[in-house]
Amino acid sequence: MENEQVIIVRDLVKKFGDFTANAGLNFHVDKGEIFGFLGANGAGKTTAMRILCGLSSPTSGLVEVAGYNVKTHAEEVKKRIGYMSQKFSLFEDLTIWENMRFFSTVYGMNKTAFKERGEMLLRKLELFEKRNRLVSTLSLGWKQKLAFTVAILHEPSIVFLDEPTGGVDPITRRQFWEMIYEAADNGITVFVTTHYMDEAEYCNRVTIMVDGRIDALDTPAKLKEKYQVNSMNDVFLALAR
Amino acid sequence: MNRFLAFVKKEFLHIFRDVRTMMILFIMPIAQILIFGFAITTEIKNASIAILDKSKDEVTRELTQKLLASDYYTVSDYLSSEAEIESSFTKGRNKMVVVYEPQFAQNYEKNGVAKVQLLCDASDPNTARILSQYATGIFASYGEMAQSNGIQAEVRMYYNENLDGFYMSIPGIMAMILMLVSAMMTSISITREKELGSMEVLLISPLKPIQIIFGKVTPYILMAIVNILSILALSYWVFNVPVKGSMALLLFECILFTVLALSLGILISTVAKNQMVAMFMSLFALMLPVILLSGFIFPIDNMPLVLQWLSNIIPPKWFIIIVKTIMLKGGGLAHVWKETLILVAFIVVFVGLSVKKFNVRLQD
Amino acid sequence: MIQFTNISKSFDEVKAVRNVSLSIDEGQLFGFIGPDGAGKTTLFRMLNSLLIADEGSIELFGLDPHKDYKKVRQIIGYMPGKFSLYYDLSIEENLNFFATVFGTTIEENYHLIEDIYKQIEPFKKRHAGKLSGGMKQKLALCCALIHKPKLLLLDEPTTGVDAVSRREFWDMLKSLKSKGITIVVSTPYMDEAGMCDSVALMQNGQIHAVESPKAIVDNFQKELLAVKCNDMYKALLTLRNYENCYNVYPFGEYLHYIDKRDSKPIEDINDCLLKHDLQEIEINPVKPDIEDCFIELTRKLSV
Repeated sequence: MENEQVIIVRDLVKKFGDFTANAGLNFHVDKGEIFGFLGANGAGKTTAMRILCGLSSPTSGLVEVAGYNVKTHAEEVKKRIGYMSQKFSLFEDLTIWENMRFFSTVYGMNKTAFKERGEMLLRKLELFEKRNRLVSTLSLGWKQKLAFTVAILHEPSIVFLDEPTGGVDPITRRQFWEMIYEAADNGITVFVTTHYMDEAEYCNRVTIMVDGRIDALDTPAKLKEKYQVNSMNDVFLALAR
Repeated sequence: MNRFLAFVKKEFLHIFRDVRTMMILFIMPIAQILIFGFAITTEIKNASIAILDKSKDEVTRELTQKLLASDYYTVSDYLSSEAEIESSFTKGRNKMVVVYEPQFAQNYEKNGVAKVQLLCDASDPNTARILSQYATGIFASYGEMAQSNGIQAEVRMYYNENLDGFYMSIPGIMAMILMLVSAMMTSISITREKELGSMEVLLISPLKPIQIIFGKVTPYILMAIVNILSILALSYWVFNVPVKGSMALLLFECILFTVLALSLGILISTVAKNQMVAMFMSLFALMLPVILLSGFIFPIDNMPLVLQWLSNIIPPKWFIIIVKTIMLKGGGLAHVWKETLILVAFIVVFVGLSVKKFNVRLQD
Repeated sequence: MIQFTNISKSFDEVKAVRNVSLSIDEGQLFGFIGPDGAGKTTLFRMLNSLLIADEGSIELFGLDPHKDYKKVRQIIGYMPGKFSLYYDLSIEENLNFFATVFGTTIEENYHLIEDIYKQIEPFKKRHAGKLSGGMKQKLALCCALIHKPKLLLLDEPTTGVDAVSRREFWDMLKSLKSKGITIVVSTPYMDEAGMCDSVALMQNGQIHAVESPKAIVDNFQKELLAVKCNDMYKALLTLRNYENCYNVYPFGEYLHYIDKRDSKPIEDINDCLLKHDLQEIEINPVKPDIEDCFIELTRKLSV
């Protein structure tokens, strides 16, 4: 693995009034890495993720994503990242192809590049023949896989996934992770949050946030060794309880 | 009963905790009345007028001085002929032209009566009314001082002879506010429960559907009554709009209309899936027709036939007729029983439809 | 006892539930396990009388939810999928409201909710919208319990909730079960199956299996191997193309591999991986868990 760092976070602090959502985070993510971002509800994950995506500005500290400072160059950062969340990912009342075309335009892809890459990705998903179907007619699993495809359509250097597999069946969940592996293999850095602890094991490295701090950051194997437990679930319970 | 009261209490808590709801319920009606009222009724200072003095004697000069001394007017032009009147309105900012008849002083001394004509630009009806009232007052007081019959001011309104102004818009505003408070707020609050998922729990509970509906509606009936009273109070004390007919009858009709609006709100909520749909339906299905087709702003008589016909199925039209009759013309139940019956018929239809639609289950 | 007999339900073209039959014993902690769209919610709504089945019959403690819906609704404590409390009311106001609506008081059934309520009582003046996920869940559970239902029906109570709160929640359910309340839960998380006495694995409106979690695992016929090496993605692709591969999929830090043959092919697989330049290879037979069974059952159905 190359040692190019695509996310650098130093002493990140984010406060809302008296409330400290992020209390001095420090970490970096390498290019092509699958980086798991875990934590209990309300531990500050969403806040940190919003900052990394350039949606929110840190109170203090340095955050560099894809080589740009998110505080000063949020727009440059946004061009170089993809984002997908469980809550919203695609427009239900547009067709598959219309959704893809819309996002390709948003990210300034040129038409021929979009047509070529769009078709290639859809064929891989075996959705190309169905590209004129409304997204609302797809099942949740398909929607999520398609949403991921849309998120990496413009070949971002980093893709942020916020609980991408919630409620999806075990088989589709695995197909989804295979797509993640493949993207990482192609050099796209994957930054993912999840509530499924077995998915934490798929990550190269994992952080666990507790009360706005990062309490653990390592490979799943080393974390299990450190806390002397057998699964990431137990690591999580040991830390967050 | 206990359950029902608990439900009503909960509804009140929702209302009191939500600043936006409170604004819509209390601030907006008052703001609307005040805006409608004051936009038309503000006191006028230094309105520019023109004088056409066909007499040019001492009395007319003194009268003009009096007008100017009042601070209400400034003279921008002295006209020399009647031909200039029209253009003085159209090109300039003149709001009023004062025309003294020839031999004004002579007539006044000889007959005790002299004529002055006040021509007002009534495309802004309220300004026109106020300006003419001020002027008439000034002339009248001059006449009293001279201890004679005084000066007869003949007032003519240009562009809007009937001066449909604030008086006439009061019933429309009432209809609009009652629709807004009752129909929109109830439909939103019922659909909110659907969206939240709590409707499922309520349906499962021993609460009867009728209790749920009445529990939802009761707070808004009370709110609507408060609103009616505040509208009437404001228009009576602040804007001096009289209630010529029976107050009790007026209140009764208002409550009847509120019930109608509520039943519409419930009907909307049985159809709408979420708050946004409910909001749009209320706005487009209720507010726009109230504003456009009820005769509130555009006179129904001037509408194309299709729209005239369509206006018959707009409940506020009938309510506005009722309120105008009672408030402004002093009519009694004998004059409005037909319209009242129409309102009742609307209620029966809406309630019937919503009962049919509102199910103890989730489907259909 | 709760009995579903040949239940089907469609919405327009979509067959949400297809010919489901199963029974749940009184006093059980029973789980419906399956992904979104499996038909769990529809099944629950038919059980609590909010929906009527197109075909088949349901019996709930001797009652028919269709005909006796008023009685059925009295004995059910229901927690819908979405957080269904009033965000603008405080903890106390929410609880009081539901108590009054169900014709009871907090005091009357306090013993039932005491253990749970004590944990959120210090914040009882706080609005429900400002509670953390775990606290909301506890409050919702209290509200569903306040009228002392015979059956607690919880639709995906743990979805979107973090692992710690989920664990706490299941502990609460176990203690409620010991008070004699029948509990029926649905969840998309396979790992929660182990907490139930009995589970129904559901997908596409159908039931794959209804058994105790142990029996489901015991019924898994195939030999399961856990594979680990230095490049998991490459290993996955390699094994998928391996001629004797029946199924292979990521499973936590391992790949789970099932061979077409009945013998234990550890050596063969090792060779195959070595041939593709993979290192640090580790292959062990493992016991399947519910998720393996679910995958296998789905696979059998789709083939």
